[in-house]
Amino acid sequence: MRKKECIAMILAGGQGSRLGSLTSKIAKPAVPFGGKYRIIDFPLSNCHNSGIDTVGVLTQYRPLALHSYIGIGSPWDLDRRDGGVYVLPPYAQEGGAEWYKGTADAIYQNLNFIDMINPNYVLVLSGDHIYNMDYSLMLERHKKQKAEATISVIEVPWHETSRFGIMDTDEQGRITEFIEKPKEANSNLASMGIYIFNWRLLRKCLEDDRKNALSSHDFGKDIIPKLLMDGHRLFAYYFKGYWKDVGTVESFWEANMDLLADEPELDLYNPNWRVYSVNPTRPPHYIGAMAKITRSLVSEGCSILGEVEHSVIFPGVHIEEGAIIKDSIVMPYVTIGRDAQIYRGIIGRKSLIEEGALIGSINHEGICVIEENIIIPSDAQILENHMISKQKQVG
Amino acid sequence: MQNVMGIINLNLGQDLLKELTMGRPLAALPFGGRYRLIDFILSNMVNSGMQNVGILVQDKYRALMDHLRSGKEWDLARKRDGLFILPPSPNPCSSGGCRGSVENFYNNLDYIESSRQEYMLIAGSHIVCNLNYRKAFKFHKDMNADITILYKEYDADDELSQYTILDCQPDGRISDMGSQSSRTASRKVSMEMYLIEKGLLVELIKDCQARGGWDFVKDVLIKNIDKLKMFGYPYKGYAARIDSIKNYYRHNMDLLRPEKWEELFFKSGLVYTKVKDEAPVKYKENARAFNTMIANGCIIEGRVENSILFRGVKVHKGAYIKDSILMQKCEIAENAIIENVICDKNVCITQGKWLKGEKNYPLVVAKGTIV
Repeated sequence: MRKKECIAMILAGGQGSRLGSLTSKIAKPAVPFGGKYRIIDFPLSNCHNSGIDTVGVLTQYRPLALHSYIGIGSPWDLDRRDGGVYVLPPYAQEGGAEWYKGTADAIYQNLNFIDMINPNYVLVLSGDHIYNMDYSLMLERHKKQKAEATISVIEVPWHETSRFGIMDTDEQGRITEFIEKPKEANSNLASMGIYIFNWRLLRKCLEDDRKNALSSHDFGKDIIPKLLMDGHRLFAYYFKGYWKDVGTVESFWEANMDLLADEPELDLYNPNWRVYSVNPTRPPHYIGAMAKITRSLVSEGCSILGEVEHSVIFPGVHIEEGAIIKDSIVMPYVTIGRDAQIYRGIIGRKSLIEEGALIGSINHEGICVIEENIIIPSDAQILENHMISKQKQVG
Repeated sequence: MQNVMGIINLNLGQDLLKELTMGRPLAALPFGGRYRLIDFILSNMVNSGMQNVGILVQDKYRALMDHLRSGKEWDLARKRDGLFILPPSPNPCSSGGCRGSVENFYNNLDYIESSRQEYMLIAGSHIVCNLNYRKAFKFHKDMNADITILYKEYDADDELSQYTILDCQPDGRISDMGSQSSRTASRKVSMEMYLIEKGLLVELIKDCQARGGWDFVKDVLIKNIDKLKMFGYPYKGYAARIDSIKNYYRHNMDLLRPEKWEELFFKSGLVYTKVKDEAPVKYKENARAFNTMIANGCIIEGRVENSILFRGVKVHKGAYIKDSILMQKCEIAENAIIENVICDKNVCITQGKWLKGEKNYPLVVAKGTIV
């Protein structure tokens, strides 16, 4: 294979248990997002748009949907003769089979893959963040600073600092301090979980870390502090655009709603930075004569006869006359019956909301989540903050 | 149907939609919000199980090649068989281009003869329908027919004078065909889709060429009505014949009836096309849309009524679109009003302009125009 300067490793194994029933059947990166995408489309499209043509996707939890979705990578132009996309699930070795124990261990267990390509730099990404970012600029910066590792950072609200890896830098941007999820932070520069490492250094560091029984084998908790302690040149790369970790139901819902702003921070319509995806084979959507749609995203193959306000509607959704959908996310191939009402709902794929059912309530804050393939019977009422899954059917 | 190869003959109806087919072949004409005419026949063939499709192209076929490329979107990028573009051969004796469809067939006989399939399905791209050929093929074999012609029976008040009409006996055998004349009351219009055994076609084309005939219908079919067993197979579903601006407009508008939308796009298989990775349609605060079909990538701020919007159209605040078709990447600026208009790709209607055509004579705005 031709020598590559930089390859990407996308960590896509997470269960995302805080997304509740949205991830009971699929890994978090495969969760539908933004009216036609899946979360992993964002890092994959960023790779393509940044000129990175060799990408390893590390899967683990319920990988079927993700594997079949990624396929040979052609939607992201990653079906290359040299390189392309490699799906890397955990595998049995001489010592037996084991799961990825942490983010760093996941990379360690795929040393052979990276060695095969032997790049100068390895870009480590998460499969569950929503953002458009040009990694080539970050790499340029990394090289210019003669850094050994570069961490992409973003300023987060002070009250959220305890959720992130927080760092301090000097005037050149060199990292002086890094604390994973601090109780009290003296900076609001948070790590976005996007790292560029010099491969030689990372390789050695991963091997050392592997031997350390006390390590949790995590980039944020172990590798970065270790590198810092050993005096390596670690730099921060300041990212200015939109970035969101969609790890919880609330943040997932918010990130979808963010797209509905008149001028959203995340531009899906930029012809120079397309977000690629597996496109459904569906006709343009049809809006009925009595329908009403405002402040919403609607995808192909839908037929909408009811009322949709401030919502995200995925492909193939059918909404009957008289139905009202507000502040909601309706995933692919859902049918919503006549006069049903949905407020702040997240409706999973292929579910059926029968005539007159009520989900959520108009003046409440909580978010209702309905898992995929669920039938909500006619005239059922589901209160805010419920999660409806197969185990816990109503009716 | 693996034993049937498809030939899509683009020799038909090239100049009928003048303004819209100046820079592109009819087969590449955008239709139905995100498709091009050829998508329908290609998808029908693929959905019927056919794996080998040749396209006899005429002139201006760059736009079509752009669209088809390897044929991957139709699952026709295959190791064996798949999609073949069959360009016309320059003919030393005639300077006026191709003399007729038979010449086109004749020039590509080597491809036809060397293919593995025993049967052929010949069709144009100007009839838009969602049709599975399996039943017609079974009929063809059951009847032991030499040639089966698919036809559609029209209502008594449709104008049929320019079409090929079939006269069928009760068992389906064609006794006469030709343009409509007073001597026949038949409303059975040929869909120009033919099933035929490959060897027979090769023979007929060679024979026709040797005798100096060039027209497939006149010189191959009609001349052989008595010699060959020709059968008509009735197609009962939706079929939109795109042969004039008026019909183009009317048949697009048909799709705003949900039952037609359903039939054309879902009935016997999905319609494939080249994907563009457009984001979902965004409806902003003041958007209003009624009885309208809108493709991905559009941003709607104004009012859209009884219209079809192709991919990536922008409708700004206060703009009003009524009974119109806007092709890819059109932009309608603030407070502009258009009614009964067909805008070709990349048309920009600037602020406050008012454009109005007639229902039976829609105004066509050429590609890339700024009004």
